[in-house]
Amino acid sequence: MSVIVAFLLFAFVLGVGLGVGLVPGLHPVFGRYVPWLAFLFFVGGVIWRVLRWASSPVPFRIPTTAGQNRSLDWIKPSRLDNPTTTLGVIGRMLLEVLFFRSLFRNTRAEVHEGPQVAYGSSKWLWAGAMAFHWSFLIILLRHFRLFMEPAPFFATGLASLDGFFQIGIPALYVTNILILAGLSYLLLRRLLDPQLRYISLPADYFPLLLLLGIVLTGVMMRHLDPFRVDLIKVKQLALGLVSFDTAAVVPKGIGATFWVHLVFITTLLFYFPLSKLMHAGGVFLSPTRNLANNNRARRHVNPWNPEVEVHEYDHWEHEFHDKIVACGLPLDNPADEEA
Amino acid sequence: MSGGGTPKGFPTPEELASVDLQSVPIKGWMDPRINFEGRRGTWSYPAAAKNLRYLKMHNPREWSPTDEDWKLPPDWKKTILNGMADRLERFRSFKIMMDICVRCGACSDKCHFFIGSGDPKNMPVLRAELLRSIYRRELTTVGKILGGLAGGRELTVDVLKEWYYYFFQCTECRRCSVFCPYGIDTAEVTMIARELLNLVGLNINWVLEPAANCQRTGNHLGIEPHAFVDNIDFFLDEIEENVGYKPEVPINKKGADVLFITPSGDVFADPAIYTLMGYFLLFDFLKKKHGFNWTMSAYASEGGNFGLFTSNEMVKRLNAKMYREAERLGVKWILGGECGHMWRVVNQYMDTMNGPSPSNLVIPESPFTPTIFTNAASTKMVHITEFTADLIKHKKLPLDPSRNDRYRVTFHDSCNPARAMGLFEEPRYILQNACNNFWDMPRSTIRESTFCCGGGAGLGNDENFEMRMRGGLPRGNAVRYMQKKHGVNVLSCICAIDKATLPPVCDYWAPGVEVAGVHELLANALVIKEGEVRENNLRGEPLAVESDQTEGQD
Ligand code: SF4
Ligand code: SF4
Repeated sequence: MSVIVAFLLFAFVLGVGLGVGLVPGLHPVFGRYVPWLAFLFFVGGVIWRVLRWASSPVPFRIPTTAGQNRSLDWIKPSRLDNPTTTLGVIGRMLLEVLFFRSLFRNTRAEVHEGPQVAYGSSKWLWAGAMAFHWSFLIILLRHFRLFMEPAPFFATGLASLDGFFQIGIPALYVTNILILAGLSYLLLRRLLDPQLRYISLPADYFPLLLLLGIVLTGVMMRHLDPFRVDLIKVKQLALGLVSFDTAAVVPKGIGATFWVHLVFITTLLFYFPLSKLMHAGGVFLSPTRNLANNNRARRHVNPWNPEVEVHEYDHWEHEFHDKIVACGLPLDNPADEEA
Repeated sequence: MSGGGTPKGFPTPEELASVDLQSVPIKGWMDPRINFEGRRGTWSYPAAAKNLRYLKMHNPREWSPTDEDWKLPPDWKKTILNGMADRLERFRSFKIMMDICVRCGACSDKCHFFIGSGDPKNMPVLRAELLRSIYRRELTTVGKILGGLAGGRELTVDVLKEWYYYFFQCTECRRCSVFCPYGIDTAEVTMIARELLNLVGLNINWVLEPAANCQRTGNHLGIEPHAFVDNIDFFLDEIEENVGYKPEVPINKKGADVLFITPSGDVFADPAIYTLMGYFLLFDFLKKKHGFNWTMSAYASEGGNFGLFTSNEMVKRLNAKMYREAERLGVKWILGGECGHMWRVVNQYMDTMNGPSPSNLVIPESPFTPTIFTNAASTKMVHITEFTADLIKHKKLPLDPSRNDRYRVTFHDSCNPARAMGLFEEPRYILQNACNNFWDMPRSTIRESTFCCGGGAGLGNDENFEMRMRGGLPRGNAVRYMQKKHGVNVLSCICAIDKATLPPVCDYWAPGVEVAGVHELLANALVIKEGEVRENNLRGEPLAVESDQTEGQD
């Protein structure tokens, strides 16, 4: 069900892309104004979402501790998995954001006859996620060759590194292969693993399809003859886009594949702030990860710390007065005795 | 707080463990309906009206989950939705956790209840989705427009019933949160869900009765001051009988240096009472030898805090007694006993809720070693295993580990000291010094990956026995493995709930293994007087090991 919905939605976006590709009259709109709008929506949306999260306070300091805490001098603390200092927290967050530390812990539980419960190492999800996210980042940076004239050094540098193996002409990018492998794996496991299929929503398939669409159209434009596009024109369009100049012309005859590619990207920009893709921002604000486990050493303040009714000692002594006397415990208010 | 033995007619371990984690129902998860009658043994009885009344909580009434009508207040839906909206604004954790789950499934097979039951709604991700789906549909624009397509569900009475079932089927152990790439902590989601359920009077008695007791008498078990003193006297006699030596235990003593607070389970139930006896021997040794000036309190007579399984306000109410009493007695710092969720509260909530600590408290310093517990500089509360490990390190405790030779020991990391504190080495250090035979369980089942006893967070009651045994499968199975591999016969731990819930888990999954507190084993080994000869351990069993029948050797 979820898969079907996601496919239909994806098919619709694809249809829009093809439509735009085939109707040159739409190019000025979809090559300028729609992407601009999408970009503004993306930036504004992401900022708004993050500010919305940040507007809620963090009443309690609740890091998940995944290693020895700092206690006695002679016990070695786990500075990254259970940080007590800001530096440690930064380290933990870097490990989490750059290398998906927690995902790297993944195991797979199985209950065998006996009974025997076994926990196998299971790093594929981690590998797939790493392949996808890192390739995505590098591909994005490579694209700055299109957005800047002259092309910035990091983009050209990355591109030549990425095409280092010099397979085929134009050279095959390693990241293109990795991202395809990563995304396909992420999609296939969702489709084939019964547990995962059970928990998946349309919102879990759709972004994968969209990203696959973006990558595939990108690869097609570069490597498959009938789909190849004129890079000079693409760069002309891209420069116009980033200049936000309404007077810049939209070059004609780029090729339909490119327009599908662009419509996919535009859709992604619109979709991002509305969706779970915001995990990219949310992870930084996650209170179980971004706080130091130093509560006992430094007081954390809750801005809405509520007043509560406590059963105070005096009441307690009064209520159990006779029993306290009977068992010989001292009284604070012996005067009660006459009462 | 212990459940009884395995009930008659209960499935065998092989039968109970025949779960298939890969099979999922054909029907999707969005249908909330649950047959409570057919699922007896997997849910807990609702809170008695008197307990809710005593605590001035919402909608006190007598009812049963098997009733069609749960007697909800007329405006229940508004109450829940407003409660959610309010908590989204008060807890960043909640807001983030509602928004960023990508359903990657990394957490799905990390929950002991899922492993033991195969019920997909016990995957942490789905447990949280039960709430998230309502959030999406009722409180987000996209969800209001797209409904089910955006993974939204409407809030109905059936959904509330489903929440009652599954949020009182989570022990708030945080194992899932260790593995989540964004740190989404389903325990946190469960805590918020329980707060919401409490708004309309949906809660369980095994949580609320201890909470009401604690509010009234000072401890979960409702032990009144004279009975508290009596119980302790009784244990002192028992110690004398087994060890030939009677310690002194000051209670409500003003002017003591250290206030000692431990869960009331230690004062009440076997085998936790042996841990208590262990503390008494240790403290008395320190008193005789070094003049340790300590006291217990009959008012702050509970270390644990069942408020944690109710609402943050209730945590604060019950916890307040610790600082109040420390101030009244004029002590310098507080020493806390072996308890799991107590230490979650002390480490992550106490100072924030009830601090700053009273001015008579100072940064804890060991009276007997040069150690200053700077890690507790603000709360002024030290964990007993930190205290004892430090004493051993500084050679203040003469130990004869051979007295524990009848025991072949492994150690269960309790969820909260593990994942809400990071207390791993201290108890192990004590055990390694107090016992000659100690082995750790397999790595995926200890430390930050430790498995719950299956009965925490108020679920350790008899009516929930089947679910407890299911949830206890991963832990019990690891113990069984150690039993086969090393002949392990003692599972030690530092948690009073464990001491109540692990014995039935062991009886069922690893029969023959007993449960013991770390300080029970320590006190067995502690040489109180030079040349002291002991015949028995704290349980009154002879120390000498005769041809001990262990089930296999390394
Ligand atoms: S591991 Fe985290 S992101 Fe993945 S499904 Fe579980 S809660 Fe969601
Ligand atoms: S906190 Fe523990 S019991 Fe609750 S969902 Fe997570 S793993 Fe399961």
